[in-house]
Amino acid sequence: MSSSFSVLRVGISFVMMCIFYMSAVDSLPELSPQKFFSTLQPGKATLAYFCQADFPSTSVFLEELNEADKPLQDYGISVTKVNCVTEETSRYCGSEKNLMKAYLFRGHILLREFPTDTLFDVDAIVAHVLFALLFNEVKYITTLGDLQNTENALKGKANIAFSYVRAIGTPEHRAVMEAAFVYGTTYQFVLTTEIALLQSIGTEDIEYAHLYFFHCKPVLDLTQQCRRTLMEQSLTTLNIHRFIKTMEAPLLTEVAEDPQQVSTVHLQLGLPLVFIVSQQATYEADRTTAEWVAWRLLGKAGVLLLLRDSLEVDFPQNANVVFKRAEEGVPVEFLVLNNIDLIVSRVESNMHIEEMHEDEDNDIEGPDMDIQDDEVAETVYRDRKRQLPLELTVELTEETFNATVTASDSIVLFYAGWQAVSMAFLQSYIDVAIKLKGTSTMLLTRVNCADWSHVCAKQNVTEFPVVKMYKEGENPVSYAGMLGTEDLLKFIQLNRISCPANITSVQEAEEYLSGKLHKDLVSYSSVSVLGLFSPTMTTAKEEFTEAGNYLKGCVITGIYSEEDVLTLSNKYAVTLPALLLARHKEGKIESISLANVHAQEIVQIITNASLEIFPEITVENLPTYLRLQKPLLILFSDGSINPQHKKAILTLLKEKHLDSLTPCWLNLKNTPVGRGILQAYFDTLPPLPLLAVVNLHSGGQVFAFPSDQAITEQNLLLWLKKLEAGLESHIKILPAQKWKPPLPAYDFLSMMDAATSQHPTRKVPECIKETDVQENDKEQPEDKSAIRNERTGTLRTKHWNRSNWFEEAKKQFRHDNKELCSKAS
Amino acid sequence: MGLSAAALLWGLPGLLLIIALHPAFSPCPAQASVPAHRDYCVLGAGPAGLQMAYFLQRAGRDYAVFERAPGPGSFFTRYPRHRKLISINKRYTGKANAEFNLRHDWNSLLSHDPRLLFRHYSNAYFPDAGDMVRYLGDFADRLGLHVLYNTTIAHVTLNKDQRAWNGHYFILTDQKGQAYQCSVLLVATGLSVPNQVDFPGSEYVDGYESVSVDPEDFVGQNVLILGRGNSAFETAENILGVTNFIHMLSRSRVRLSWATHYVGDLRAINNGLLDTYQLKSLDGLLESDLTDLAIVKDHEGKFHVTLKFFLEEGDRSADAVPLPQDDNDNFALRVAYDRVIRCLGWSFDFSIFSKSLRLSAGGELSKKYPLVKASYESKGSRGLFVLGTASHSVDYRKSAGGFIHGFRYTVRAVHRLLEQRHHGVTWPSTEHPITQLASAIIRRVNEASGLYQMFSVLADVVLLEENATAFEYLEEFPMQALAQLETITGRRARHGLFVINMEYGRNFSGPDKDVFFYDRSVGHTEDAWLSNFLHPVIYYYRHLPTEQEVRFRPAGWPLPRPTAIHHIVEDFLTDWTAPVGHILPLRRFLENCLDTDLRSFYAESCFLFALTRQKLPPFCQQGYLRTQGLVGTESLRQHGVESGLLWDYATVGRGDSGQQPGDHGPGQHPLAPGPPVSPFDSNKEEL
Repeated sequence: MSSSFSVLRVGISFVMMCIFYMSAVDSLPELSPQKFFSTLQPGKATLAYFCQADFPSTSVFLEELNEADKPLQDYGISVTKVNCVTEETSRYCGSEKNLMKAYLFRGHILLREFPTDTLFDVDAIVAHVLFALLFNEVKYITTLGDLQNTENALKGKANIAFSYVRAIGTPEHRAVMEAAFVYGTTYQFVLTTEIALLQSIGTEDIEYAHLYFFHCKPVLDLTQQCRRTLMEQSLTTLNIHRFIKTMEAPLLTEVAEDPQQVSTVHLQLGLPLVFIVSQQATYEADRTTAEWVAWRLLGKAGVLLLLRDSLEVDFPQNANVVFKRAEEGVPVEFLVLNNIDLIVSRVESNMHIEEMHEDEDNDIEGPDMDIQDDEVAETVYRDRKRQLPLELTVELTEETFNATVTASDSIVLFYAGWQAVSMAFLQSYIDVAIKLKGTSTMLLTRVNCADWSHVCAKQNVTEFPVVKMYKEGENPVSYAGMLGTEDLLKFIQLNRISCPANITSVQEAEEYLSGKLHKDLVSYSSVSVLGLFSPTMTTAKEEFTEAGNYLKGCVITGIYSEEDVLTLSNKYAVTLPALLLARHKEGKIESISLANVHAQEIVQIITNASLEIFPEITVENLPTYLRLQKPLLILFSDGSINPQHKKAILTLLKEKHLDSLTPCWLNLKNTPVGRGILQAYFDTLPPLPLLAVVNLHSGGQVFAFPSDQAITEQNLLLWLKKLEAGLESHIKILPAQKWKPPLPAYDFLSMMDAATSQHPTRKVPECIKETDVQENDKEQPEDKSAIRNERTGTLRTKHWNRSNWFEEAKKQFRHDNKELCSKAS
Repeated sequence: MGLSAAALLWGLPGLLLIIALHPAFSPCPAQASVPAHRDYCVLGAGPAGLQMAYFLQRAGRDYAVFERAPGPGSFFTRYPRHRKLISINKRYTGKANAEFNLRHDWNSLLSHDPRLLFRHYSNAYFPDAGDMVRYLGDFADRLGLHVLYNTTIAHVTLNKDQRAWNGHYFILTDQKGQAYQCSVLLVATGLSVPNQVDFPGSEYVDGYESVSVDPEDFVGQNVLILGRGNSAFETAENILGVTNFIHMLSRSRVRLSWATHYVGDLRAINNGLLDTYQLKSLDGLLESDLTDLAIVKDHEGKFHVTLKFFLEEGDRSADAVPLPQDDNDNFALRVAYDRVIRCLGWSFDFSIFSKSLRLSAGGELSKKYPLVKASYESKGSRGLFVLGTASHSVDYRKSAGGFIHGFRYTVRAVHRLLEQRHHGVTWPSTEHPITQLASAIIRRVNEASGLYQMFSVLADVVLLEENATAFEYLEEFPMQALAQLETITGRRARHGLFVINMEYGRNFSGPDKDVFFYDRSVGHTEDAWLSNFLHPVIYYYRHLPTEQEVRFRPAGWPLPRPTAIHHIVEDFLTDWTAPVGHILPLRRFLENCLDTDLRSFYAESCFLFALTRQKLPPFCQQGYLRTQGLVGTESLRQHGVESGLLWDYATVGRGDSGQQPGDHGPGQHPLAPGPPVSPFDSNKEEL
């Protein structure tokens, strides 16, 4: 819906732009009097301004005249400036006094002369000129008698467009005259500036210009009054045009086809259609109703009688009204509206929206602050009605919390029902519960901190979500991994064994290193770590144990410190204390000496060792590799990596050519978001595979390996050398802009100011606002306060239809009530 | 500055030790001459005194409570005379959240013991005063509070001493002449002196404190009640059905608590007389200045109301004294009364405090309270704090500080101040990354009872760290003392702060206001500033306001003019958790104050940003980059794609070479930051 509105908007602004464009072209032709009169063509109207060249006081008028040139030309009226400075004289040049006048000619005949002060602006010029030319088409009246006479004279013959404008030369007057120019031959235009006349025909709100359509043509009985339809929109050329078009359209059309397909002039004019559903049995009554509705909605909507019996489309049985909006692609609405007022109010409320949309064009186009732009909040909200199998996890309360977590090993998710991030994670948590169903000794539980804030506070949980593991005899451990199913599952699984696990025999140690001991777990941990200590190395063992504890849930660690530990240290050629690192995927075992290394360093060693040398980069593991703070060398691949490419890079790695980089590859099949990255780098998706160096940490340059070269060791090495030497130019520099507020906020302070200073919010001049808000420095949002402030006014109405359905419903309810009351009384 | 303050605080314990040891090692142990020392002395074992005792006890402080009666809460053993408390004992709210439930529990004191909730003591919505006495007794016993009962402090003086925490000790002397030396004096004696008006004939008047509560004593009588507070109406309510009529006379018009939103004004539960007055049932209300009044007794023992000024001329018997009706035969109070009852409230008992304490009367509105600062410390002497009902001058006729459900929080605030001032324990706070800011605020405004009960008096404060990457959250700080925040809390406010307050709409509350007017409620977020019912208001300051700024704040504002302000639109259910109605506008406000993007993102978005931008939004920085990204599930992803906030990358660029979905610029993620300068031109098309 909004899209088609914007189409409408674009359309309107296009029209406006054309007008502006045309009026803004170069200046008027300047002629001498003699030349001027020789150019006058019979029947053609010309507005001429006679003046002394560069007479200073006339310049403002000239500007306006200049601007009026184009619109007048559209009506076939040319505008000319006649210079009287030259030797020749004309009676129009005449005296000093005459310099202030403009003359309207048709051919050589002088129609009117205008003192320049009546032509104070473009609107006035166009209005006056057309008024003079359309003397016959537009009847100017001053009394009610005149109006009645005209009305009587035209009964049975023609319809009347009667308008009241506050003064001649106003923009409204111009709009009426422009309409008269087009429709003057079809309808009798009647114009007045007398308020009394307007009042006498019963208009309440007399401050504004009005246009009535008098339906005199169908009136055959002279004693009968012509029906009147008031145009409710403001008097602009476009609105009058639209209004008159609808007056011309048939009052009521009968159709027997799918309402979705029906189109009338109303739709083209941006007005909705109202179908009154009729059945054969009630046809007469329905038609009367429909006519009645049609009169009420004349100028606001098209009314059609939909003959249901011959209709092949299916629609709700009880619907008696079908409402079709003007916007394309909006499905029709089937309504049950039991009285005419409801139908009318339905249309009027819809019009209200439309008008507001039009109004917006005048304002600065404001983004909607009420539209959710937080992806997590929005997705969680959209998913709110889905029933999660929450029963797979145990809900804990103040009463049950302590008993539960002490009775069994438990994972507790602390979340808050209103907090989007924790609710998003709750879904992954439930997925973990589904995967672990019946297999885990670990109890999966959850606490809604919105209900049990004291429980959460006691567990030191003051933000959400938090996952903690409670194991008997141990301090609770906070989970610090990715908030997703896979990582949490890994954490839970790896926590099934104690870390470090105590290995008791050489054979067990070998099984441990080969991955046989924890067969089911090795898939969760890329490495298994075994600490080797002689039984006397207590400090070293403690340090290692501490590190193992710290890494609990991330890496499998084990410890071996039996008497025969030398068997192992000899086998792996390492001096004690040491650790052995088994990479299961690659089937390799590395050894690292641990002499005088503290727990923290051990953690660091193990963490670094568990990094792969040429990893497939994924959403989950990127942060770990970013920590290395090196530029990334990424091989983008659509599917698994080409072994040759892999080999080339591994060779370069081995030869230490890639030490300053983090080489990795990205599989678009596993990580489709990689396409988004490629698009950011190349604008269009390049052919794959593709190699790029991304310097994230300093400068943000992206370099692409030439796509016409094969990815071989030599080419790559050469390219990297050139790159290092600064000989390659980057294809892109990643934007370094800060993350600013995506949208402004409501500026309540200014609204409060505006309210106290009695200024209407809409028209607060910016300068005032800025000075009184800007007490402090200038970098903060207030400098936009005034604009924002103004915008909020429009924002409210803009989303009227979206957020105000309730109001709307209330309104209808009130209508219903009114109906009830009047029936009761 | 920070250092020297800390040094000072470190010095204190040593000093304390000396003071404490001094009497013990003294060669000749003094008898009555050496006063027993206490760091904290609490006067009065009413609700406020016990509440303070609880906090002191929990903190392990050296304290004693002095109570003249044999048990706690002696006020409630006699008052209210008709035994019905008008503080709400709401046992059910439909919520499990204990903190939230305290919003609707007006009788409990704060403690860690859930058994000490008043709902376990009474089933009545308006409970009996006897239950309160029982409750307070249990509170003191169960928590083992140190209360010296039957100890009437007859006199309090000041003794200058350089070694004392505040440069002086408070010397308390009890009825037996025993003296106590206190470093800090916490006065929680409530209002104990019945207000009296001195006018001719006031000796004929029964006081509320002693008038009969047996309706039988009023059968067929004409009764005049002086006063228009809850005690006056409570008295009237009791005898409404048996009297001929009741007239009620007071200085100013009745103030209905449901119109003023002040619980000390006339509560609906007591307003039966208003009903009968307006329903023409002979009862009536009149306004007149009581000090002009005189009452004369006629030969039948009936009372006539006249004016003091008439009495100056002659003798006092009713038959001789001129009465207003002599001149003005339709004078309203021309009827003779059988009884006149005075129900004019109570005042603070200043009599026991020596002049040296400079404990003076006269809050702005009422003389019945001692003058205190916003921190509840006496303006006259440092180290003397007024707690409980007597401390109500701070928020008289505004908030709940004169009532249990309000002062239980102000007592806690005073205790936190003392912990910082004398023990170097900074005001409790939690520290969070900036991405948690909206959540932290939403959590508090939805459950915090102190903010809710002590609206516009206690406010939460968010102190921003440098660069606004993290913040500290402080709860329930006395907002009028905002300028002194750093000294009171021991925390630094150098990089801007938010103050979270709860407020009624301006001009909504008042004795003459129509609080039921049509359209009184606001539903649109952009009209939130016009909200009338209690709703959260957030003030943003770039710098801590100065004392001057607080004092000379704009009229009607609880705080000085902020840099920016946000109102969370009022909510019928006081549930401010609506994603778009409440949280989103709050987030936008915080973002614009901090000039950053506080949206949350899935790990996939962070991944994209990490590889396509040099800077990441705070949520990705503080979560994803620390390997704590939010992965999300497939169904959520699907919703994201449908909403247009996420892209289905699997289909991006397939087939048609590089054609972007929608009108997005090349590679521009729909959530990526807009052009840095103007938020106006951003994604018109996208929306």
